[in-house]
Amino acid sequence: MTSIQDYAAVTGEDVIDRLRQIARPLRGIKVVHVNSTFVGGGVAEILSKLVPLQKDLGLDVRWEVIRGEERFFQITKSFHNALQGIPAPLGDASFKVYEETGAQNSEGLRSILEEADIVFIHDPQPLPLLRLCPNRKGKWIWRCHIDLSHPYRPLWKYLRNFVMEYDASIFSLADFSQPLPHTQYLMPPSIDPLSEKNMNLTEEEVHATKLQFGLDPDRPIMLQVSRFDRFKDPLGVVRAYRLVKPFVPALQLVLAGGGATDDPEAEAVLAEVRSEAGTDKDIHVLQLPPDAHVTINALQRGAGIVLQKSLKEGFGLTVTEVMWKGKPVIGGDTGGIRLQVVNHHTGFLVKTPEGAALRVRYLLRHPDIAHEMGRKAKELVRHNFLLTRNLREYLSIMLARMFGDPERIELEGNAVRAVTGLKTFETCTLKSSEV
Amino acid sequence: MSTNANAEPFIVKDCALLNIATGKKARNLKEMRDHLQNIPLGSIYNHFWGGLLRHRFDEPEYNNDFAEWVRYSLQDNVLAERLSIIDPAAFADLESLRQELLEVIEQRLDETEMITWAKIDMQFHFVDSQIIVFDTREKIEEPEQLVEAVPKMSEGSLFYHFIDARRRSPEMMDDFRLWLRPCGDRYEDLCSQLASVDPYFVSLMELRAQLTNLFAHRFQGVSG
Repeated sequence: MTSIQDYAAVTGEDVIDRLRQIARPLRGIKVVHVNSTFVGGGVAEILSKLVPLQKDLGLDVRWEVIRGEERFFQITKSFHNALQGIPAPLGDASFKVYEETGAQNSEGLRSILEEADIVFIHDPQPLPLLRLCPNRKGKWIWRCHIDLSHPYRPLWKYLRNFVMEYDASIFSLADFSQPLPHTQYLMPPSIDPLSEKNMNLTEEEVHATKLQFGLDPDRPIMLQVSRFDRFKDPLGVVRAYRLVKPFVPALQLVLAGGGATDDPEAEAVLAEVRSEAGTDKDIHVLQLPPDAHVTINALQRGAGIVLQKSLKEGFGLTVTEVMWKGKPVIGGDTGGIRLQVVNHHTGFLVKTPEGAALRVRYLLRHPDIAHEMGRKAKELVRHNFLLTRNLREYLSIMLARMFGDPERIELEGNAVRAVTGLKTFETCTLKSSEV
Repeated sequence: MSTNANAEPFIVKDCALLNIATGKKARNLKEMRDHLQNIPLGSIYNHFWGGLLRHRFDEPEYNNDFAEWVRYSLQDNVLAERLSIIDPAAFADLESLRQELLEVIEQRLDETEMITWAKIDMQFHFVDSQIIVFDTREKIEEPEQLVEAVPKMSEGSLFYHFIDARRRSPEMMDDFRLWLRPCGDRYEDLCSQLASVDPYFVSLMELRAQLTNLFAHRFQGVSG
């Protein structure tokens, strides 16, 4: 099990010291995270890292998952699409299943949730739980990982009623925030530099992975790693590959992804991609199990060109992973990819398969520039998108909520001072024993 | 013998910003003007100073988020130039800075016949922030130690002591001058030099280099 101290080698001791300071007054508080899957997808991946580290810092943390029938997950998948702007035929019958599933889950979770000091509800699936816990004593925060910039309004109107009752919400980007009657924190997600997906690998391991999937190690590889989801535009990636292929006949394309237990649409998209790939032996469509972290790591390290040509993207953790490996990314000009791909510095932002093809050819032709962009990409991630920064923000939000959302929180020894007002310096102090 | 008449050590802090969406966004200049009239002052502060704590690859063309948005989303070079020259350190308080922003934007609205709209995904989002202040447990006992201490300071420490300090002290002064001031005339020259350092047009790394140079020159008679 990785401990918080293990991260010092990557981030420096100062970062770890700041985490310990901010966690000190929170020691022993009961925190519960609730989402809808333990495996697959970015949310489960982040929680699998964050929860043990919050425990390591002394917080009493639980991770709970709501369960439901296939119909429930079909509906919440439609919610996911609709919240990202795709109209969906959702009506009272869907809402009934959604709320009933929430009620069923609340039976088993109520006592845990009502006792918690802080509850983080991740994404829309578990949203109704707040209403079903009337004796809750803690602060409830909705963490939205979805691109909510242009939601399908009828659905958002329905879900907003649930969200409004929360004490605060967290969005990945300002663009995703909505008019709500509570504080909306901004927190881009992050990657774990020590995880199997991001740790260093030997050249032999990377080479072996290429051979394992029938790739020619001596020919250039163009890669996209993502779930088989229309918003990730895998068909657009195939189109970009076909536009480059006449100029780089040796090029190989790898589309690697896996399903999540809350994504019933993945099979249909996978079939479309296979159909589009046809009989081209240089297109490799890999359906990987959720725990294929080392394989993904090796594919990312072994690829000459990496794309994330999403049409919609909450954040795009696969972009962060690739950048951490010192490679530029050709990314869709959308959502959180814009926060990471600084055009012409850490990669290129594109809107079309044609744009992607142009940048693929450019990077293949200019390996020195690609190398320098990769160096900058890694630095950007080190400063902004590592798990330790995410952890600091979660802890800061917990402190802020417990202190009534002051303008400043000052940590000194065991004391915390919350200050509101630029020059009034109204303060209150809370010792850890009182929390 | 102590050269610090204050006798209180300089306590080195570090800080980080926690960003908060205000939910207010603008697609054209009139919307920006309207929101600016009521937006929390912390948001104005954040859009002028918060960029310093973001990782940069090169010199930004414009020094505040308002000017950058006007240039790249509204394509208004004239207003971008006028906004970019506003130096927030020159204003007695954030309310005065807000009034100056409004004045410049109102003037531009008077000059403009057509309202330009930003694309839907290029709106200006007003963001506020909370500041978290950490204790580094490092203390500077004597002014001469600044020569060694400042080069080791994190960007967060520099932001806290040189920029955030102006928000905390009634005199709008950085923490170095506040600490040296009780020493009277002894460091008057140094305080004058510190007062002339304009943190708005440099990155925090450049600011660290400038301060290091200044302290080295004063205490060791060398320039870096």
